[in-house]
Amino acid sequence: MTVRVGKTSTAPPFPLAAKAALQNDQLRRNVHNATTIIQGKRAQRVDEMPDWQQLRQAAKDIKDHTLAHLDHYLVEFERNCQRAGGIVHWARDADEANRIAIDLIRQYSGDDPHPEVIKVKTMTSDEVQMNAALEAAGITPIETDLADMIVQMGNDEPSHIVVPALHRNRFEVAEIFRRTMNLPNLTDAPEELTKAARTYLRNRFLRVKVGLSGANFAVAETGTVCVVESEGNGRMCVTMPNVLITLIGIEKIVPTFQDLDTFLQLLPRSATGERMNPYNSFWTGLTKGDGPTAFHVILLDNGRILQLNDERERETLACIRCGACLNVCPVYRETGGHAYGSIYSGPIGAIISPQLQSLQHSRSLPYASTLCGACYEVCPVKINIPETLIHLRGRIVREDQQTLSGKLAVENIAMQAAAKIFLSHRRYEAAQRLARTGQLLFERKGQLTNLPGLAGGWTRFRDLKPLPSQSFRDWWKARSKPSPHGERVQ
Amino acid sequence: MSVTAREAILARIHAALPEPPRDIAGSHASIQRLYRQTGTLDAHGRLDLFIDRLLDYDTEIIQIEAESELPFAIERALEHYDPQRILAPAEFPSAWLPDSVPIQRDHALSTSELDHFESIVTTCEIAIASTGTIVLVHGGAQGRRAATLLPDHHVCLVRRDQVVETVPEGLAAIAAQSHRPITTISGPSATADIEMTRIRGVHGPRRLTVILYGR
Amino acid sequence: MRISLFVACYNDTLFPETGIAVTQVLERLGHTVDFPIEQTCCGQMHYNTGYHREAVPLVRRFVQMFLNAEAVCVPSASCVAMMREHYVMMAEAENDPAFLADVHSLLPRVFEFSELLANRLGLSDVGARFAERVTYHPSCHSLRMLHVGDAPRKLLRAVRDLTLVELPNQDQCCGFGGTFAVKNADVSNAMLLEKDACVLQTGANVVTALDNSCLMQIYGGLHRSGSPVRTMHLAEILASTGEPQ
Repeated sequence: MTVRVGKTSTAPPFPLAAKAALQNDQLRRNVHNATTIIQGKRAQRVDEMPDWQQLRQAAKDIKDHTLAHLDHYLVEFERNCQRAGGIVHWARDADEANRIAIDLIRQYSGDDPHPEVIKVKTMTSDEVQMNAALEAAGITPIETDLADMIVQMGNDEPSHIVVPALHRNRFEVAEIFRRTMNLPNLTDAPEELTKAARTYLRNRFLRVKVGLSGANFAVAETGTVCVVESEGNGRMCVTMPNVLITLIGIEKIVPTFQDLDTFLQLLPRSATGERMNPYNSFWTGLTKGDGPTAFHVILLDNGRILQLNDERERETLACIRCGACLNVCPVYRETGGHAYGSIYSGPIGAIISPQLQSLQHSRSLPYASTLCGACYEVCPVKINIPETLIHLRGRIVREDQQTLSGKLAVENIAMQAAAKIFLSHRRYEAAQRLARTGQLLFERKGQLTNLPGLAGGWTRFRDLKPLPSQSFRDWWKARSKPSPHGERVQ
Repeated sequence: MSVTAREAILARIHAALPEPPRDIAGSHASIQRLYRQTGTLDAHGRLDLFIDRLLDYDTEIIQIEAESELPFAIERALEHYDPQRILAPAEFPSAWLPDSVPIQRDHALSTSELDHFESIVTTCEIAIASTGTIVLVHGGAQGRRAATLLPDHHVCLVRRDQVVETVPEGLAAIAAQSHRPITTISGPSATADIEMTRIRGVHGPRRLTVILYGR
Repeated sequence: MRISLFVACYNDTLFPETGIAVTQVLERLGHTVDFPIEQTCCGQMHYNTGYHREAVPLVRRFVQMFLNAEAVCVPSASCVAMMREHYVMMAEAENDPAFLADVHSLLPRVFEFSELLANRLGLSDVGARFAERVTYHPSCHSLRMLHVGDAPRKLLRAVRDLTLVELPNQDQCCGFGGTFAVKNADVSNAMLLEKDACVLQTGANVVTALDNSCLMQIYGGLHRSGSPVRTMHLAEILASTGEPQ
């Protein structure tokens, strides 16, 4: 079994990728604007809810309960979905999920030498890199979310969980559409752009026989699947084709239909700052005379089960993919999503990406944070992201310390030395004196400059006052000493 | 004998979870729900709120009193639209439809036939005031999904006593029908993907007209 | 009261004036201050960077040292946050009931400096005078973990002749984040530039906060860009009486 999360296995470490992102002024302007706007809208919509904190707590409790009994609820969902005419498949990893999807699409495409499938936005399919697998199998995936289209046509990567093309402005989008839709006179007015997308996709919605979706929620009690969206392409993809394939991460299960009353209030306000998003679609198995005549669910593990073992990590599985944490993160705000090198970026990405892959990849992401806590404040299901980041840092350090190169790493040696120093106030005072002497090498014009090693990261950008000649304890000791005349020195 | 993916996944989940199976239903029932589950507004307040939200979504609203006025209201709603391309579900009450326009019925029309229509007239199941949401439980006079999706203009009848205040009340009202396809509609389709400007009508009806009637 | 001062390792070395100011303020208010000389570090740097095992002895040391204190004053919100968020968890993980009991016993007696004044001692006016235009940066730990709320501002507003100006986008992190400042120096600096721009917008002469870590970061950027705006810990402003020292 090989877990795969987008392109994390080849992504550069965060500090390096961030450095590149910081040099892209257009990107940074777009990200700044977009996150500021969504942050504001979210705050407005949350402020009007007197029971917001109670909703968050209930949602967290429902998720905690569900995850604690996940096998039970998955079986219940399977039973009810199949009773209503759906067929449920199980996939252990990315490859298995893709194989199942490809086999199904081929099965229903018959003799068609160039099968196509229309897709409504699902991050889970990006996680398993389904598009690449489909294309390799001679199947054409057609993205229908405006932003995903922009990303696909721009040969790009998504940079945000909810607004994947956030890094693009209207001029760039117009340029992409002009090129790929063959509309040389297309202007960059947003109305024009959406009209172009509408026309371009309409005939595909009506023609393509197989649809592929994800799901925001899957209700165990009834076997109902729910897709939350804005544009209407979701409705199109789950209604118009003859065959619908829905890929669902196993953590998307909720126990009852009524449980949705928390999430359906929390998600739109958190994600896009709306009281309710334009469309939610619910369907259960098959309905005669309405919608597809074949419905398949692929339940996906791909690393999720590993997180069930640890209570701290299990919390991460509560995520409802709202993206609110991205919008308030002061780090994401500066770099955008690409710097994280994962389909899941921002604060949630920093904990999901490494966890799904047992810390094989995305090891720099848990450090891509100042632990400021803004994300935890806005998370609708109260995932304690800062604590999880610290937990993952602990795992990474412990793992590294098992290897010789890890033990000899500069940081580890420095931390071991620092710990020893802190264990004795005499060693600590000696270190203070040493630092005061040593800094003379770096003192220029009353500031410390060009510090060596890791500390150089500070002085590259910031001034630093030299260590004062008298530490606090020096002052304390001096004032506690009686003066030669018997008075205390102040 | 090789283990199926299903068996493997369930076994691993079971092994990962520390707690032995308990009274799961009881544990679920004991989850505290301190959020608002019922509204506090009276009927007037609810309707005012609902209308306020609809206006926020640029929804056209036509208000009438009696059911008998429905044909006039529907006629008005369809005034500026092509009279040759109006659809209603097969089960939609004829008595409510205006005589002045030749409204066609959805008798299991094909996709390309459906695509021809500009307007669709339906009823709804319930409406939620706090979010300005209309809920369709598809089938009957509420129409099948494709019929409410392809035409560009959706005329939806909402009876005043169908309006509840909160989302929990809305879901409770449809829970018994959760086996049917359901669509919640909160304004016409929109995207904010291009520089965060909300643009109406990517796919799905770009115009929504609500006819509010009854007590 | 007899107040035991835990000055914090980085204050001791880099910002002794803060510890001095705390002592002056508390003594001016009639309290006795003691300073257990064996103190070093609360373990935050190790713990937050992932060196959890290494932090445990530091935690034990702190707890033992201050176990019998009447009250502990810490002029560093991030250290107090470390204690409140993690000490219990760490003690539980050690499977040492005596250690855990000690942690539970001590924590209610540990106060961040502004908490001590405003909550424990119920004060807003501490007899200070500071005739400057000042803006206050709420450090993330004090804002989101300690929930100090309005206490620092109440204390600042009671300072004679001080003009307090609100900092725009004040809730946004300054970018220090401990080892983040050097491990992700580029992003840290980008965040700092935003913070400094907001500071300059206020027209304040002085930026103050409950944490010298933030102030070190803010100063680092301001001074590099040639700005004369100064940084001072809240304690130093409250210690100021306008008299020559």
